[in-house]
Amino acid sequence: MNERCGPGPWEPDDGPWDHDQGGTGPGARDSRSDGRDGGTPGDGTRASPGPAQPPRIPTPRAAPEDGDRWPYPTQPSAPAPDTMRPQQAQEPHAQKPPPQEPPSADPRAEAPAPSGPRSHKVLTSLLGAWALSACSAEETLEVEAHLTECAACAEEAVRLRDAVGLLHPEENLDLDPMLRSRVLEGCLGRRPARIPVPDWAAPYDAEAARLDALLRDMGEAEWRAPVSLRWFEGRGAARRDTTVAGVIGHLMTVDGLVAASLGLADPLPGGEEGSPTARTEAYWAAEPAVAAGEPGPAAELRTAWRDQGHSLLRTVSFAGRGAAGLDVSYGRFTLPLRDSFLDRAFECWVHAGDIADAVDYPYDPPSSAHLNRMIDLAARLLPGALAQRRRAGLASPARGPVLVGAPGRTLHLEIEGSGGGDWYIALDSPAALGTPAESVAHVALDGVEFCRLAAGHIAPEEAAAGQDGDREAIRDVLFAAASLSRL
Amino acid sequence: MTNDAPPRWDRMMQQRLARGEAAALGELYDRFASLVHSLAHRVLDDDAAADRITREVFGYVWENPDAYDPKQGSLRSWIAKITHRHSVRRLRQDETRGEGTPEEIEEKVREASAAARADYIVTSMPAPLRAALELAYFRRLDYRQAAADLGVTEDEARRRLRLGLQLLSTAHHSSRSTPPPGYGRAL
Repeated sequence: MNERCGPGPWEPDDGPWDHDQGGTGPGARDSRSDGRDGGTPGDGTRASPGPAQPPRIPTPRAAPEDGDRWPYPTQPSAPAPDTMRPQQAQEPHAQKPPPQEPPSADPRAEAPAPSGPRSHKVLTSLLGAWALSACSAEETLEVEAHLTECAACAEEAVRLRDAVGLLHPEENLDLDPMLRSRVLEGCLGRRPARIPVPDWAAPYDAEAARLDALLRDMGEAEWRAPVSLRWFEGRGAARRDTTVAGVIGHLMTVDGLVAASLGLADPLPGGEEGSPTARTEAYWAAEPAVAAGEPGPAAELRTAWRDQGHSLLRTVSFAGRGAAGLDVSYGRFTLPLRDSFLDRAFECWVHAGDIADAVDYPYDPPSSAHLNRMIDLAARLLPGALAQRRRAGLASPARGPVLVGAPGRTLHLEIEGSGGGDWYIALDSPAALGTPAESVAHVALDGVEFCRLAAGHIAPEEAAAGQDGDREAIRDVLFAAASLSRL
Repeated sequence: MTNDAPPRWDRMMQQRLARGEAAALGELYDRFASLVHSLAHRVLDDDAAADRITREVFGYVWENPDAYDPKQGSLRSWIAKITHRHSVRRLRQDETRGEGTPEEIEEKVREASAAARADYIVTSMPAPLRAALELAYFRRLDYRQAAADLGVTEDEARRRLRLGLQLLSTAHHSSRSTPPPGYGRAL
């Protein structure tokens, strides 16, 4: 497969943009303030009502007038039915003139206003907002003063405050990400799937679900958190600034290459031939609201990205084993579908880590079985990436010709820790065979560290590697590993 | 706060589960796991127990997709019902093991039932009411901001918040020992 891989999947390609413009374009932060994100309970902008107090003074009126407590005829814009309040719906009062009627038409208006300028009617209408701490400090004070004088309102206030306690943020639950695989395994143990997800697609399934869980836990403001995407290009580090939403757009657009190769809809119309980088830039340019992280468009984007991921998994499940070798075009190189899913799983994890860093959340590496597959893909791509750098004059020359399929000079890559193992990298040609017997160098590296290197997140010079043997070969392989990264 | 899905999605999901599509199981988990786990957690107040209930509920649904009848309601409410059943059974098992007095267990069961009813009420209440509650409670907007967000008058925003909470408060009713005061009646 190395023959047709070209520059390798994490190889930088010729993106049309300038890395130095990190602070402009779609990456520029949206400084628009709509005033929604600053309000937290107790910050002074919203008074926090205390528990409703029982009426201290016997109310002067028995408040049987439900109509008064329910003063708003349903407006045409509000299809909310009042069916839960049948006794009220039948009241003729509901057919009475709208609330604009002069106060004097209300018999209770003849009584002196108990407190403040607001009428009983208005104060009653505020009870829901009050119970939710969603009215102004001034209104809160007036409502609470009223509750000491009006038994009916006090009773309702207690009831509505209790009801608020029943609201609960289902979506914000911090589920253990590993629970998913345990639950699914348990299910499949009880009843085996007739249409399984191919095992090479399992890492993508798991990583997309983990990232989605992270996104679910985030607040709206965090969609615009700035994220610096980093990779390694040629001789040094490259970066591009965007937002959390911009990163999801990037993932969706590149996943779209896989979708297009399976005949699914491409999320980037007309962009099917582009490289990952060109597609991403085209998407950010076409969707500035998403790139800036506006919450509404960002939430839609999350759904679109997730739906596309589910479609991908479903499609390859039905396609079966035969689909594993289909080519997926990345513009200047191709990958077989099974490797393409690993590549997407790897990117999903790496960018989830970028997002987690940006919003200061913890994020664990993949399971060791999945990590092992990702490392294996990178190791298999290394000889091709090395040859590419050699052609560009960025790596030392090959030591003589190697016959196709014959053993050649080899670097022993030993990955320690989770997902680890031993890989033998052919140094002089992608067509050569790497073997322990021909090893001229040995590099030992932690699995997650190696992935950070292959993602371009640490410089090859800084990869904390145990090294032994041919220094030039080691240097070339570490640089080739970093060059697997791209935007 | 909710997982609205059109009935068509529910029926498709049921068919996909019935024919043994593992990818459908993954999607089902992604949509409902946090619902199941949080409902179980509210009853049992324990992470490991809620994990176990989550495994049981998805196991049951995966093995018995045909037990769901779309005519009886949404897939979501069916799954919530199964979760409630499993959680309460688990709670009663705790009782037989002596983890709590019968009174404590019954109080917990009552609370759990109120919570389950509240969940059902929130998901089945008219969307405009739910949207208003969501803005005020989860996004912490005040009612004026909520009105602007919804494109309605401030009066209407107040009305929706109040009506939404009134509907929700009915979840408490059958869980109280004394009958609640009728709507709009004096104390």
